[in-house]
Amino acid sequence: MNQQLVLRVIAKLLIPFILVFALYVQFHGDFGPGGGFQAGVTLAAAMIFYALIFGLATARRNVPDRLLEGMIAGGVLLYGGVGVAGMLLGGNFLDYFVLDADPVVGQHRGIFWVEAGVALTVSSVMLKLFYLFADRANHSGADVQNDLNRPEGGA
Amino acid sequence: MSIAAQLPALQVALPLLAAPLAVLLRHGGLAFAVVTAAAWAAFAVAIGLWLQVGQLEAGAAISYHIGSWAPPWGIEYRVDRLASFVLLLVSGMAAVVLPYSRASILREIPRDLHYLYYAMFALCLTGLLGITITGDAFNIFVFLEISSLSTYVLIALGRDRRALTAAFQYLIMGSIGATFIVVGIGFLYLMTGTLNLADMAVRLREVESHRPVLVALAFLTVGISLKLALFPLHQWLPNAYTYAPSAVTAFLAATATKVAVYVLIRFYYSVFGDSLVFHDLPLPQIMLWLSLMAMFGASFVAIFQNNLKRLFAYSSVGQIGYITLGLSFASVNGLTASVVHLLNHGVAKAAIFLLIGGIVARMATAANRDAVPMLRGVPADAVSPEPTFDRLAGLSKRMPLTCFGIVIAGLSLIGVPGTAGFVTKWYLIIAAMEQGQWWLVGVILLSSLLAVAYVWRFVEVAYFRAAPEGSEKNEAPLAMLIPAWLLVIATLWFGLDTSFTVGTALDAAQELVKNGR
Repeated sequence: MNQQLVLRVIAKLLIPFILVFALYVQFHGDFGPGGGFQAGVTLAAAMIFYALIFGLATARRNVPDRLLEGMIAGGVLLYGGVGVAGMLLGGNFLDYFVLDADPVVGQHRGIFWVEAGVALTVSSVMLKLFYLFADRANHSGADVQNDLNRPEGGA
Repeated sequence: MSIAAQLPALQVALPLLAAPLAVLLRHGGLAFAVVTAAAWAAFAVAIGLWLQVGQLEAGAAISYHIGSWAPPWGIEYRVDRLASFVLLLVSGMAAVVLPYSRASILREIPRDLHYLYYAMFALCLTGLLGITITGDAFNIFVFLEISSLSTYVLIALGRDRRALTAAFQYLIMGSIGATFIVVGIGFLYLMTGTLNLADMAVRLREVESHRPVLVALAFLTVGISLKLALFPLHQWLPNAYTYAPSAVTAFLAATATKVAVYVLIRFYYSVFGDSLVFHDLPLPQIMLWLSLMAMFGASFVAIFQNNLKRLFAYSSVGQIGYITLGLSFASVNGLTASVVHLLNHGVAKAAIFLLIGGIVARMATAANRDAVPMLRGVPADAVSPEPTFDRLAGLSKRMPLTCFGIVIAGLSLIGVPGTAGFVTKWYLIIAAMEQGQWWLVGVILLSSLLAVAYVWRFVEVAYFRAAPEGSEKNEAPLAMLIPAWLLVIATLWFGLDTSFTVGTALDAAQELVKNGR
């Protein structure tokens, strides 16, 4: 869909807003509906949109698989790290009360980083799933062809 | 807070954090080091918890509040004697199997996937430990999914292409089981308004006779039975065990179904109470007959298998029959037999699968050497040796230690005195005699004969059939032999000295029956 001028322009217009909206959902999570999961999905949706319009290869250049894998693991590690931080500061696992002298601020701080971890992992998992499926259809390896008896040159 | 008070959280957090670390390191060797260190640390934590629980008075439990939110609102980790026993089993098995897997997966999994294998292993361990330690019904479901999803991946890593089908089959069956479990938990939540198991048990007393509670019991029983591979619901197990990588098979056989049994015991005794489960409903009878069918049906099928791994997979289904048989007695001795068999069977079966892994490794090298030059260098799935009986002829000449180990662990499956399996059978028979069911004593002995038959098949082929020409002694690598033999020795040890196994199991059973009304 690389050649479609309208699509390209609209995509370029929309994607920044989707990204900002994702951030809004992320940071508004503690006051209203939203949070890391929804923000992560929105983030990934922006990237998937980009990949649909500008092609998988371009998307992969911008957000490489290696980075995604790091983000998947990093998000979990961040979440768990908050838990461990609670323990190190003298509380229980995932204890946010001890993260600040003021327990309410501590709760805010804890949930902020936990949600950041969730957003990291969710967005990268979503995108990775998309990459894997899209990749399979694009240049189907010998594997897929033998399995499904696809005709040559599907893409 | 001291580290001793943090042990329940560390039990789960250590392997949980090891998994993403393994992914970030992107290197098989480093991932191995991190995950093995985490598993050993988890084992040490489990020992610590076991000691702590031992110091409590009977019936008490360690309670840990995640995030310092008090139960029943917050998530509670709860360690009583039964939980600490299962935690020891699961983390101990991981501590033994992980060092083994390094040598084993070299020959079975493509090198660039090794770090992911360790990550998945760590997640699976996290899930299984989490199921055991948590005192929250929904948390059980979450950890169940963590362990199941990682298990599917681990099975699919098997180099035989049939591993994919096996994993998919398990995925479907496992998801159905998990759905049943979550529906059951949903009904319980509906009736009690709480997810904390201890709180749920208290509130259930007021609504015990209501139909949704019975529906919840039914859903949970069926769902968990799927997970533990109770006889008619065991279809996923033989393929999964046969085609998974050897180390994975050993770990799963020793832990996954055992943890499911633990969940069943937990719900029956700590939530519903045994008066509802065992006295008001015909559940003991149903469970008795299903167990007998497993003991005879699955063992009988095992005798006719041609693949050694598959033979022992069916034997697992049969052995699970003994565990549920003990449960069906609804007595302290029966429950003791069940709990102690979790460990006795887990250790023996893991030893067998680890040793079979050694055989497969040696067959793989031999096959690669003999392969036509064109195929040489093609990794793994070009040649995929299965441990079928025609290839095992005279194996005792080539791999004497491996064969001897399988025979000893096999004796434990039969229940020969001096091995761990005997202890279980002893308590089963006591439980049967207690209730005057003398015919069951005969039936238990008779079912052991079937185990004799399938173990003998291996003995006959490995020891009495002539080895092929020109085969020299070619023992499995030490890195694989040592962990396997550790478990073989444990099988003998727990057969002779039962102070740890039966001691803990008996305490746990008494505690459960007393608290379970």
